[in-house]
Amino acid sequence: MTRVRIDYRWVAVFAILVTFAVPWFLWGDSRVFAGLPLWLWWHIGWMGLTAVVFHLFARTAWDRGIVGEGR
Amino acid sequence: MVSALGIQLGVVGAYLVVALAVGLLAYRLTSRDAEDYYLAGRSIGTVVLLFTTFATLLSAFTFFGGPDLAYRAGPEWILVMGVMDGVLFAILWYVVGYKQWLVGRAHGYVTLGEMLGDRFGSTRLRAVVAGISLFWLFPYVMLQQMGAGEAIVGLTNGMVPYWAGAAGITVFMIAYVVIAGLRGVAWTDTLQGLFMLGVVWLAVGWVATAAGGPTALSNALATNNPEFLSLGGGVYSPQFIISSAVTIAFGVAMFPQINQRFFVAKSSAVLKRSFALWPVLVVLLFVPAFILGTWAAGLGISVPEGANVLPVLLNEYTPVWFAALVIAGAMAAMMSSSDSMLLSGSSYFTRDLYRPFVNPDASEAREAWLARIGVALFATLTFVASLFRPGTLVSVGDTAFGGFAQMALPVIVALYWARTTRTGMFAGVLGSQAFYLAHVFVPAIEVGSMTLFGATYLTWDYALWGMALSAVLTVGVSAMTAAAPEENQSRFTDGLRAD
Repeated sequence: MTRVRIDYRWVAVFAILVTFAVPWFLWGDSRVFAGLPLWLWWHIGWMGLTAVVFHLFARTAWDRGIVGEGR
Repeated sequence: MVSALGIQLGVVGAYLVVALAVGLLAYRLTSRDAEDYYLAGRSIGTVVLLFTTFATLLSAFTFFGGPDLAYRAGPEWILVMGVMDGVLFAILWYVVGYKQWLVGRAHGYVTLGEMLGDRFGSTRLRAVVAGISLFWLFPYVMLQQMGAGEAIVGLTNGMVPYWAGAAGITVFMIAYVVIAGLRGVAWTDTLQGLFMLGVVWLAVGWVATAAGGPTALSNALATNNPEFLSLGGGVYSPQFIISSAVTIAFGVAMFPQINQRFFVAKSSAVLKRSFALWPVLVVLLFVPAFILGTWAAGLGISVPEGANVLPVLLNEYTPVWFAALVIAGAMAAMMSSSDSMLLSGSSYFTRDLYRPFVNPDASEAREAWLARIGVALFATLTFVASLFRPGTLVSVGDTAFGGFAQMALPVIVALYWARTTRTGMFAGVLGSQAFYLAHVFVPAIEVGSMTLFGATYLTWDYALWGMALSAVLTVGVSAMTAAAPEENQSRFTDGLRAD
């Protein structure tokens, strides 16, 4: 069987991306900025960050956890 | 002077006819990718794959269900759909999609059932997976018809009844399949996707300008619905947000028309490229669509019984033709995504059920003919069911996604854990479906201080508990049983090569 390396750093990064896509720390906050709730701006920005991180993953770590080392 | 109703029906009818014609024309003029797809070729190109998958976001669930929920309960639905589609689904795109692509390329699979059936040496498992998928596809196709019916009611202020809108989209769906044959009209998906993306933003701009700008709109919200501006509250508990996002994301990965596309990419480059685009596309589409619903609440728009908020809002703040155009565009997009759902559904039916069990020697022509009849019958039945209006768009969609989601964890366990056994798969897949179905159909019962078959246990959605059960059963039973001699345990792990 081919050994597949699981990269826990990326697992952790993905977990953080999922967790903070919802700004839990703004729960109940109703501040508005430029016509939209502040928490929505956080979400929009976070999704932008997520896209950048996903792009980095696809460029540098694609195949991690799926295709074995000795290919 | 043409009446408003005349303009509305004229624009909607003309748009649908043009969309149908463009679809047929585009199919004739472009390469044969779509046909290769139906014929199980492994040649879907980069652009086509990306956009047909994107087009699945363009359903009644997005255009009508989402704004309705935002209108009734606040804009937090943007977060649910964002986490779901932009982050979780993107990760599954890699974990399930890329892995399936590698496995499919190595062994020539075209459907999920085929892949699992071969790995576990069981035609029965293949049939079970196909059967469950078709079962949950039913409410999702029905949802499109409900969405169309409600949109027409909203647009024409009830002058055209609900059933007429639902019937109209059904006729177009069947026409697509019969005239175009069973071929994915991926190009219309693409065109309509881009059209809708543009039009939704135009709608936001138009409504914002007509109503005095975003700040005036948020002030109106602060006056009329102050709770909409603060994060959480009402139906939006953390449990609701997490349960919905998780079950929908895992459900989407098991959707026939999505899951099948994991197999058909020409190269992994497209999976790679689109991976990073998910969060961006999702924000571009969901934020404007759902914010419109939210604004409608602040503006005090009142929605007639059984209608969608979006057409009502647009009628109020934009010209009649523009409102009709948005609704027509949304309906056409829904129509062509329903077409791909029905296409994939029919290939599950013919490849995983009809061929293995009824007629292994059926000719290609007979199979294609049978699939067409199947699609027409399926669409007609979902239409009839849609007349009963079993729930809101979001609740019907959620139920369908939850049903698909029950299969996701057993599939992931099988893909990554070579010691999964056939018995474990049956236990995980069937056990969780039984649990889930019981909660959908059995009324809640009070037993002592506990409610059985209610919407939640310990405030968490039953769909999530079902998913946990599916994983525990698959892993637990696999650990306790031995592999059957016909199983190919190394099928998903050995011999996988990157591009």
